[in-house]
Amino acid sequence: MKDKYDVIVVGAGPAGSSVATTASKAGLDVLLIEKRQEIGDPVRCAEGADKKGIKRHIKPDPRWIAAEVKGSRIFAPDGTKLQISEELFGAEVGYVLERKIFDRALAEQAVSSGAEVIVKTSATGLIRKNKQVTGIHARSIGESVDIKAKIVVGADGVESKVGRFAGINTTLAPKDIETCAQFLVSGIEVDEYCQFYLGNNIAPGGYAWVFPKGRGIANVGIGVLGSRSDKGMPVKLLSNFVKHHFPTGKIIEMVLGAVPASGPIEKTIADGFMLAGDSAHQSDPLTGGGILNALDAGVMAGTVAASCIEKDDVSEKALMEYERQWRETIGKKISKALVVKEKLVTLTDEQFNTLAHSIKGKCDSTMGVFDIVRALFRANPKLLWEFRNLIK
Amino acid sequence: MTVTVNRYKCGYCGACVSVCPMAALELVETWIEINNSCNDCNTCVNICPIGAIESVKE
Ligand SMILES: Cc1cc2nc3c(=O)[nH]c(=O)nc-3n(C[C@H](O)[C@H](O)[C@H](O)COP(=O)(O)OP(=O)(O)OC[C@H]3O[C@@H](n4cnc5c(N)ncnc54)[C@H](O)[C@@H]3O)c2cc1C
Ligand code: SF4
Ligand code: SF4
Repeated sequence: MKDKYDVIVVGAGPAGSSVATTASKAGLDVLLIEKRQEIGDPVRCAEGADKKGIKRHIKPDPRWIAAEVKGSRIFAPDGTKLQISEELFGAEVGYVLERKIFDRALAEQAVSSGAEVIVKTSATGLIRKNKQVTGIHARSIGESVDIKAKIVVGADGVESKVGRFAGINTTLAPKDIETCAQFLVSGIEVDEYCQFYLGNNIAPGGYAWVFPKGRGIANVGIGVLGSRSDKGMPVKLLSNFVKHHFPTGKIIEMVLGAVPASGPIEKTIADGFMLAGDSAHQSDPLTGGGILNALDAGVMAGTVAASCIEKDDVSEKALMEYERQWRETIGKKISKALVVKEKLVTLTDEQFNTLAHSIKGKCDSTMGVFDIVRALFRANPKLLWEFRNLIK
Repeated sequence: MTVTVNRYKCGYCGACVSVCPMAALELVETWIEINNSCNDCNTCVNICPIGAIESVKE
């Protein structure tokens, strides 16, 4: 480790590795730090992602693809089934990944692009000159160190601290977070579909999921809206769900975690500083999918970092280009998804059932999330009046 | 007033850190550290997916 870099990236998840790869490829001197001693472990993810999206960022490798899926099924509280084959929930025609290996492969890609990676190293503060961020204070394998950089990128996930260090309030209100538990269940029958279960008794303000990982195993999990959760609720509800749906299944791994569901935050930049991925709340508030948005935002942040450093201007004003790019793309998508989420969390089980019945048999293999939203709105304009501006 | 985390239960997921309005919590690899700015709002207690956090009433 040197004492000075062009860019320091904090956090080696998908967002951080993507920033580091992009910035290194553009010729910058990049340091990627990760607090954990093992990148990607423990997992905090259901591991579903759209194939096309993943291929934009890394060459598919059987080492990190657990299974391929053909589509999704959604179950209303009364059991009514909707089957969709494309572009739903980010898990359509998709992969179920092995994130422990996938995240490490992304970090390897950063390293082979020229970045330096250092693990068991945590950012504990920011160095500032006047208002400008000029580096980080860190704890590296127990030792305090200061490292300078022209730009610091926070990619430190849902528990982000560096955003707050930079004066950006990234605290999530309970209504803006899904708190989750997941078991890896083995010895069960799985096919090539991701399944989603809705209902206020199953997952208040969220949903339960079954993502197949092949060979009789699946990620079975539950997300509960933070404002409707109480002490330990996700694990309790998940245990009931697994007992009910997979009475003979054996639990071989447990995952806990949370995903931001706030929609776009006000600000993701400061002088010499950018935020990307979950730390910037760029995950989809409806589905909780955040891998692809993190990877995409990472490319934008890395590209803008390179052009700003080349022009020798890393002011907030210059970094605005990153803010503009992600709002135009990811921002628009997650704003729409937020409108749908905010409505769905108010529905009763009866209303969910009515909605499912209204489009049952009308879903086909070409429908994406917003095609379904459109079909639901057409069939239930009064109930879903809030969706009127989404369907253009 | 403050909270305590049962580290035998905690799954070091960071959910509690993300909702704490006082930035009182920090996830250090596999455990949670609590500083003295906790205002006892109980948010983290309800967010923790496994119920590892207790509020301490003095
Ligand atoms: C239960 C669950 C299921 C999910 N399922 C899906 C899914 O199926 N599909 C999908 O697309 N998304 C899913 N998500 C969301 C997805 O996991 C995240 O959106 C994604 O991991 C975000 O990537 P990131 O790089 O921003 O953050 P992370 O992957 O969280 O990476 C952040 C990294 O920063 C490190 N770090 C934190 N603080 C510091 C510090 N101070 N110094 C150094 N390093 C630090 C952390 O250790 C971590 O490695 C799910 C989330 C949960 C909780
Ligand atoms: S009770 Fe409130 S202030 Fe105290 S640690 Fe928990 S979330 Fe933070
Ligand atoms: S939310 Fe619970 S399990 Fe997760 S880190 Fe905090 S105390 Fe541990």
